[in-house]
Amino acid sequence: MTTLLGVPIAVFMGQLTLGLVNGAFYALLSLGLAVIFGLLKIVNFAHGAQYMLGAFAALLSMRYFGTNYWAALVLVPLVIGGLGMLLERFLLRRIAHLDHLYGLLLTFGLALIFEGTLVNFFGVSGARYATPEALQGGLNLGFMFLPTYRAWVLVAALGMCLFTWFMIERTRLGAYLRAGTENAALMQAFGVNVPLLVTLTYGFGVGLAAFAGVLAAPLYPVSPTMGSSLLIVVFAVVVIGGMGSILGAIVTGLAMGVIEGLTKVYYPEAANTVIFLVMILVLLLRPAGLFGKEA
Amino acid sequence: MNLHKKPLTVAVALVSLAVMASAQAEISDGEVRIGYLADMSGTYRDLGGPGGLAALEMAVADFGGSVNGAPIVVFSADDRNSADVGANTVREWIDQRNVDLVAGLVASSVVIAATRVLEENGGLGIVSGAAASSITNEHCTPNHIHWVYDTYPLANGTAKAIVEQGGDSWFLLTADYAFGHALEADVTKVVEENGGEIVGSVRHPFPTSDFSSYILQAQGSGASIVGLANAGADTVNAITAASQFGLTQSGQQLAGLLVFLNDVHAMGLDDTQGLLLTTGWYWDMDEASREWAQRYFDEVGRMPTMVQAGIYSSTMHYLQAVEAADTDDPATVRATMAEAPIEDFFARNGRIREDGRMVHDMYLAQVKTPEASTGEWDLYEILSTIPAEEAYRPLTESQCKLVNR
Amino acid sequence: MSQPIDTAAGALPSAVAARRRRERLRHGAFYLALLALGLVAPLFVYPVFLMKILCFALFACAFNLLLGYVGLLSFGHAAFLATGGYVTGYLLASHPGLTPELGILAGTLAATVLGALFGVLSIRRQGIYFAMVTLALAQLVFFGYLQAPFTGGEDGLHGVARGELFGVISLRGNLSMYYFVFGVFLLGFLLIWRTVHSPFGQVLKAIRENEPRAVSLGYNADAYKLVAFVISAALAGLAGATKTLVFQLASLTDAHWHMSGEVILMTLLGGVGTLFGPLVGASLVVSLQHMLAQSPLGNWVDVVLGAIFVLCVLSFRSGIVGEAVKLYRKNFK
Repeated sequence: MTTLLGVPIAVFMGQLTLGLVNGAFYALLSLGLAVIFGLLKIVNFAHGAQYMLGAFAALLSMRYFGTNYWAALVLVPLVIGGLGMLLERFLLRRIAHLDHLYGLLLTFGLALIFEGTLVNFFGVSGARYATPEALQGGLNLGFMFLPTYRAWVLVAALGMCLFTWFMIERTRLGAYLRAGTENAALMQAFGVNVPLLVTLTYGFGVGLAAFAGVLAAPLYPVSPTMGSSLLIVVFAVVVIGGMGSILGAIVTGLAMGVIEGLTKVYYPEAANTVIFLVMILVLLLRPAGLFGKEA
Repeated sequence: MNLHKKPLTVAVALVSLAVMASAQAEISDGEVRIGYLADMSGTYRDLGGPGGLAALEMAVADFGGSVNGAPIVVFSADDRNSADVGANTVREWIDQRNVDLVAGLVASSVVIAATRVLEENGGLGIVSGAAASSITNEHCTPNHIHWVYDTYPLANGTAKAIVEQGGDSWFLLTADYAFGHALEADVTKVVEENGGEIVGSVRHPFPTSDFSSYILQAQGSGASIVGLANAGADTVNAITAASQFGLTQSGQQLAGLLVFLNDVHAMGLDDTQGLLLTTGWYWDMDEASREWAQRYFDEVGRMPTMVQAGIYSSTMHYLQAVEAADTDDPATVRATMAEAPIEDFFARNGRIREDGRMVHDMYLAQVKTPEASTGEWDLYEILSTIPAEEAYRPLTESQCKLVNR
Repeated sequence: MSQPIDTAAGALPSAVAARRRRERLRHGAFYLALLALGLVAPLFVYPVFLMKILCFALFACAFNLLLGYVGLLSFGHAAFLATGGYVTGYLLASHPGLTPELGILAGTLAATVLGALFGVLSIRRQGIYFAMVTLALAQLVFFGYLQAPFTGGEDGLHGVARGELFGVISLRGNLSMYYFVFGVFLLGFLLIWRTVHSPFGQVLKAIRENEPRAVSLGYNADAYKLVAFVISAALAGLAGATKTLVFQLASLTDAHWHMSGEVILMTLLGGVGTLFGPLVGASLVVSLQHMLAQSPLGNWVDVVLGAIFVLCVLSFRSGIVGEAVKLYRKNFK
């Protein structure tokens, strides 16, 4: 068998593919964080909990209202995003003028509340969410068997990333947003409702987390703690990419997925840790992250 | 110096003898105090947790709420899966509340810390949830009993049965911490002794949510059996990923080494059907079990895990020993408990060995197919019984300091 | 730096000087009352519980030195707590002849070295980046302890003997252990007090308020911050080492990032940048956890802690002690 770096080529290619799937997933989650930080300067420590709420909303709406996967993929981000807007309007806005660290602490507290409450009602074992009919089965790629659903996650996550990037960097609404965060008073004078824009942006970022949650529901058991372990990894991705850089979050997310995937082959024990090593190295060489601008 | 000290030592010895004599004939403080220590909010919550406390309270109520006129008092605490919280709580219960029995005890790290405190202070604990077989091996103390199961019969039951059925090449997915390593070692030994071979293994971080990469490595290894030397959420995630990647369709078989009823219930039968596992008890295994489980279900709303059933069984046995000895002095009760064989809805051919291990019959079970299952909790089929004396680590291999060899 | 302040004080009108003296007297009385409270407390409250509070209070004080007086939020302080604990625990468990104070010293030293390493790597970063670099480093340390054979991994490091202080005084009893821990806490507290009120501390505050200005005045801000970071790490290590001696074990809980979050909560609740805030915050959080864990509401611990976080950030950001000082200043001055 042909080998590459001591591993059969087929296995290597398989790990690369899986790494890309996970990477697209990281990209989607870190994108939400990057939007929220880049535009609002809020370090959203509740992002993991909001991702988990997305998965739970999909599970519960299926269980109690019979909402199918496709409907959930559209509705859940809207509902959880709406919840996010309420949080922004009534809690985060009150501390918007303070140091960023207060935002971090507030959202950390919110995450504890969300997770703790759901643990009490649903336990920690987690529940299964059935893979939608149309996406069952798998594709034979020659070097591996790839479940159709994972292929769909790759497509959906990357599609959503590109859409978001386009919205913010290439449309008029995005231009307003970016201008609003640069100089709120001036935009207000031009007749733009900046506070509303801020609320909508936070809601959008939270909606992205919830979207990722719905995507994840058929992959992993849906449990209240599913977001907390993911959170710091996603944070690392955002920091490596450069806080607030949309493109940075997407590219780094994909890269980290691949690096983590390869670590799982060569030194699996360190798979959860390698990302922090990369983060330290990057920050030593480029203090503002790969795509960030030093403030 | 020595001359001065001697009379004092003698006096102390006499006083403590007198204290012991008086303690032997009665129940301290006029109450039997049971402290329930378990993870009430974290990873192991559904395994023991509040449901275990309910089982303990059921046992106390069934016993009549008092022993020889002394009321039974139950209090509980969340150990948050932290060794120092656990040890600290036990220390406080001994110092402040004069606790007579510490029950529950789920996470292995908490158990090892808590039983050391019990040993230093002469308390008594019954471990119902922890997996590590080291608890009655190198970490044994005269002050605790290990009730439900441990890693030795898990490996011995599941792995041996599978190798005998012809599953002789294994790939192991091991959780990268002490428990996973111990289980890996036990399985490797059993597989090799029975003529099988370990063709590969991977140690994954604890905890891991995405197992796809490891499943792919297992598929690439060509092994016929993929053994899961992990627990809880890791096992659940691994089984889910295996099902998504068509592991069983491609001719490989999964072997869960530590799988609980609540795990299978959470994953559903679609993903878990056909899984072989070893269990210490199953609610539907006979009439006595069904009867007790139904009462539990009416109270709690879930079917009990083997840990929760074990908590009831061990508490009952403890209270009977207190009644028979007419004292709650830990050493006396411990000795009385060991004298009586244990036969109840939970344990068959049960006895407490000198290392503190309660050996009883274990069962090899297989997860039912969705078609064969008749209800939400109809999950296992019991395939065979592993006799008590064969299931556990023989005393001849024991490193426990209490075992004379 | 200290001299001009002293001469300025000497030149004050006598009425002001008298008020200052009264103030100082009042402060002295307050400190003495607290000291007395610490000395008699174990007669009324369970000593092990008090020791736990003192260890976490010292940990929070160390953390507060950095956040409150330098303005740096470290999200990796658990690494120092754990290092102090593991090194002390390992040495005392494997070398039966070693006396506890030497074990603690070694643990503290190890945490200090680690602190210097963390500091060199992170001190140039600011705000969120500083928090994230310290978090990443602490995650590496966590991984190290998970893998290292001497820590016992998930099972933890057990069987640490309390032993005899200086080879003479037995610490086996809870009371003698308490007074030792109390002494360690006082030592750490005094060091922090001394640091904050020294010219060095004044420079730190200047850097916190306006770093570019401090730099333009000729101060090497990075060096000052680094020293503060190392002191903070050393004291966190001291807290961890002492804690290990009290509980006779060291576990991964101390190295987990949740611990870094918990110490932020303690400091925030008590009052960032106040001397007594961390003490009050640690007492409250530890008591709360303790009470909730043994009550029927035990499952709600995380929710309650989260609610406190939210409440603190929204309505009383100066913390309990901060608010109390404000109230005192308003009504008594």
